Amino acid sequence: MTLLDVSGLVAGYGPVQVLHGIDFTVDAGEAVVVLGANGAGKTTTLRALSGMLHCKGSATFDGQSLVNRAPSAIARLGIAHVPQGRGTFTELTVEENLRLGAYARRDKEVDADIDRWFDVFPRLRDRSDQNAGSMSGGEQQMLAIARAMMARPRLVLLDEPSLGLAPIITQGLFAQLAELNRELGVALLIVEQNAMLALSIASRGYVLETGEIVATGTGTELQENDEVRRAYLGV
Amino acid sequence: MDLFLSQLLNGIGNGVVYASLALALVLIFRTTGFLNFAQGEMALFSTYVTWQLTDWGLPVVASILISMALAFIMGVVIERVVIRPVEGGSPLVAVIVTLGLFLAFNSISQLIFGTESKVLPSAFPDSSWDVGGIRITAQTVGLMVVLAAECLLLYWLLQRTKLGLAFRAVSSNAESSKLVGISVGSMLALGWGLSAALGALAGAMVVPTTPALTAASLQAVLVYSFAGAALGGFDSPLGAVVGGITIGVAQALTIQYIDPLNDIELVVPFALIGLVLLFRPSGLFGRHVVERV
Repeated sequence: MTLLDVSGLVAGYGPVQVLHGIDFTVDAGEAVVVLGANGAGKTTTLRALSGMLHCKGSATFDGQSLVNRAPSAIARLGIAHVPQGRGTFTELTVEENLRLGAYARRDKEVDADIDRWFDVFPRLRDRSDQNAGSMSGGEQQMLAIARAMMARPRLVLLDEPSLGLAPIITQGLFAQLAELNRELGVALLIVEQNAMLALSIASRGYVLETGEIVATGTGTELQENDEVRRAYLGV
Repeated sequence: MDLFLSQLLNGIGNGVVYASLALALVLIFRTTGFLNFAQGEMALFSTYVTWQLTDWGLPVVASILISMALAFIMGVVIERVVIRPVEGGSPLVAVIVTLGLFLAFNSISQLIFGTESKVLPSAFPDSSWDVGGIRITAQTVGLMVVLAAECLLLYWLLQRTKLGLAFRAVSSNAESSKLVGISVGSMLALGWGLSAALGALAGAMVVPTTPALTAASLQAVLVYSFAGAALGGFDSPLGAVVGGITIGVAQALTIQYIDPLNDIELVVPFALIGLVLLFRPSGLFGRHVVERV
């Protein structure tokens, strides 16, 4: 079942158009990766989907149009966005950060969910009363993911989760993302420079080049595509 | 010694008002990142409204509450109509806009309510008690109780409610706030509304202690409040309270003990602002932005 259906999406910053009409889909429970060089429009794609940018074309999530809907309304539909640089509320405590993740929820199970994510990421429990800004990059990335999951989303947009992390931390992080995807059936749309690692947990990928999609395929196909390997995987 | 203690109490009485207005400044600074220079004149306008209501025969306390409610609405409307278009731009532009609001509110107050001075009755009885030779007025006690209630209410609102958490989230990271579903615009409007209501309260508290309500009534008060907020740290509500009271006490003691500064005691807050900015720009309680990247 198609969860996110994007077609002819055009977006940019002011007079500068970055995306020139892209088409792609994400199925429910699927992990999809978007590859591309710097400036290809990867971050712009995510920002357009979460309502942070003015855009044209069509983008529907579970049948509801996302185009020019307010970010807060899009969050309420079940899309969580972990922005580049993690978007931590640095002056608030770890627990408050998690509570904010559930801001759009109206149910009474928020405390139980916080406990649950503390079980998944025990480091966060140790630091629950600490200011989020005082944690290491890896811990903040865990917090950002837990915060996104607190919304009980059906789709998580991840923008360069490996940015600034040591390779060993990045590997652990992707293992955890794969597990979330597998166990909870939450769909992931990941923008990532570390293409090999991202493709290893994704079922499909798209390659973006100067605002257009130039290649697509399953994770294995893209890993074996010579042109992709040369241009984006650095091998 | 008695003289010292009674001046100290005087100072605390004034300081409580400065603290109140400093809290209003802090609320806006935390969410928008700029200082509202019109804070005092918005409070002046609200104080005129309070006066008008008492003049129509309403009880003082009821007049203050109604005026605070109207001020809240006024604050929200100002944010939506005047501040929103310049938000996210250069802070300098926003500061100029608040300076414009300063002039506008001062003039509008005189236009509507006239230039002759008014007498605003106090919300507190005119009684006083003699405690061990020191005269404690109901006015001073009342002011302290009002400030304490204000602080508790703000603490509860900001630290203990979901609304307060959202408000703090917006002042920490506006972009991420949007992504978790908070309507950032509503929170900014809330900040302006709360701040205007606090200003209305501060105005109604301070003006009865002065000879009369005139268009200049709150200008010196705003300077003292700025000094209080600067001393405490512009982003710290606790700092605003401690800073405001400190400034009030410093003012009272200066007038009493330092003859050369008599009548020019406004030098004191300016000197304090200067010293704080020179030696500890984030104030006593302000946050130093320390982050690991």
